[in-house]
Amino acid sequence: MAGVELRQLHRRFGEVVALAGIDLDITSGEFVSFLGPSGCGKTTALRLVAGFDQPTAGQVLIEGKDVTGVPPNRRDIGMVFQAYSLFPNMTAVRNVEFGLRVRKQGHDERRNRAVELLELVGLADAADRYPHQLSGGMQQRVALARALAIEPRLLLLDEPLSALDAKVRVQLREEIRRIQTRLGITTIYVTHDQEEALSISDRVAVLSQGRIEQIGTPAEIYGAPATPFVAEFVGTMNRVESTVSDPDAGAVDYDGVHLPVDAARGRTRGERVMVLVRPEIVSVEAAGTADGALAGEVVSHTFLGSVTRLRVLAGRSEWTADISGERAAALPVGSHVQVSFPAASAKLLSLEASSASRAATPGGR
Amino acid sequence: MTPRRRIAPSAVIWLLFGAAYFLIPLLASLLVSLRDDQTAKCCTLGNYGYILHDHQFWSTIRLSFIVALETIFLTLLLLVPTVYWVHLKVPRLRPLIGFLALVPFVVAPIILVVGLLDVYRGTPQWFYGEPYGFLTAAYVILAFPYMYFSLDTGFRSIDVHTLTEASQSLGAGWPTTLFRVILPNIRAAALAGSFLTLAIVMGEYTIASLAQFNVFSVYVQYVNQNKGYPAAAVTLLAFAITWAAMLALAAVGRGRRMAPVAEGAR
Repeated sequence: MAGVELRQLHRRFGEVVALAGIDLDITSGEFVSFLGPSGCGKTTALRLVAGFDQPTAGQVLIEGKDVTGVPPNRRDIGMVFQAYSLFPNMTAVRNVEFGLRVRKQGHDERRNRAVELLELVGLADAADRYPHQLSGGMQQRVALARALAIEPRLLLLDEPLSALDAKVRVQLREEIRRIQTRLGITTIYVTHDQEEALSISDRVAVLSQGRIEQIGTPAEIYGAPATPFVAEFVGTMNRVESTVSDPDAGAVDYDGVHLPVDAARGRTRGERVMVLVRPEIVSVEAAGTADGALAGEVVSHTFLGSVTRLRVLAGRSEWTADISGERAAALPVGSHVQVSFPAASAKLLSLEASSASRAATPGGR
Repeated sequence: MTPRRRIAPSAVIWLLFGAAYFLIPLLASLLVSLRDDQTAKCCTLGNYGYILHDHQFWSTIRLSFIVALETIFLTLLLLVPTVYWVHLKVPRLRPLIGFLALVPFVVAPIILVVGLLDVYRGTPQWFYGEPYGFLTAAYVILAFPYMYFSLDTGFRSIDVHTLTEASQSLGAGWPTTLFRVILPNIRAAALAGSFLTLAIVMGEYTIASLAQFNVFSVYVQYVNQNKGYPAAAVTLLAFAITWAAMLALAAVGRGRRMAPVAEGAR
């Protein structure tokens, strides 16, 4: 069953196009993230769903009902905000009770429900504390409990973890997912943090310049980016422009070097393409050890914990490769190396098609 | 254990200087008020008795107090929703309203009252001829800057947008959001504006005198002109009563005590 449907959602702020026609169906109980950089329109889209803003054109449907003109207080949605939004004059438990009080529930009933939800977010002990007596992470947990207390049809989360430190962020996002799965509530999560979006969502919608660039499962978004923007924005990606040199065997020509790429099979000879290779599948060997590889020079090492990131200047581009620390130690900065990747793992994007399909849109929120 | 913070000697000197600046005139007034009105000898409470037994004292102070409450009520009624709306929807109007709020400082009360008497001429007698109508309307203008800047500071100290949207997302309409979420969080600012308004109304003389309303400040002036020592007594009584009124307002404004807070808070 459709939880939320967005139909040709447009929003303009004067001359600025914040949303340039978004279409999206979210199934009931699904967890969908809007991912994109600042100004891509993700928060605008969420605010239109919440009812805090009105679309210039298009419709928002919740559970099949058109709610486009319905004020936010009648949409039956729960929302957690980026800024700390607990009411400073109320204790945690009274914050959680607020929505039920508005719905004129009896004292005992709403108190029981509030305590139950505080238990769900692990804050039963903090019920009588005021927001200023809670840490940022605790405040967002209470905000989540408050949003869930009214048993909303839809839960909206607007970058709820962005003000928290890294450890709490990881902890809380897992908790959000656990609670969402347990309650089976349709959820839209807005974030600019790709790791966050990929780790907790059923599907991720990547937005850029007011449009959805790609929507898919985290694995699809990461493994098969549909546009150069998605390839660049989600994870680290080596992107090299080249031309298809052998559509039969599957190879491209890059800087005069013949690189085998399976995805080049069946394409037009001479077609301009972008080869996409994740750093973890790039292999770097000492010069003279591999055939059919790009010759280059190591320009930097960055220690990332489990791996070391090497930057290698090869031909016209700088390549990024994540290799084990042990192997990286054998290839110090300045050493001559050869870069290669498995032909089956590289993706191709046609530059001719993608550049034609992307209409120029001024940046929005 | 945190070490006790030392107060710098220079701070103590400035504090004493400040206290002396305010307390010496009060002390002098007290000493004068204790002298006998006929013999000028110390010390008697006769001047206080005289004032407290003067029915004019009680009727004028009652009138001023009611006008002050009326002014506070009207100013809050006008300005709380206005400032809320400006902060929420049209923040670019803030400088303009700030500028308008300065007008009562620029226009002297004596000019204001002449203008108001002229503007309101022809209005019903219950308004034009009564302090509860005309004077209150004038005092709302005088209180505008004090109340506006207090409220503006209060609204700036909270995240109006997020609190409003959080409240709405939980199903609350505008009245619930205003009364249950916004007002409790700007209460200190509203109280500060109310104190200032009360103090201004209790002490305003020019408008009341020229509009010929016998309010407390006019009475004080009358006593000052006609009785030497009781004038000091009435000044001190006015001071004490204004402070008592402010404390009463603070007690009413503070409302219920906050719920007990669990221990071990961060």
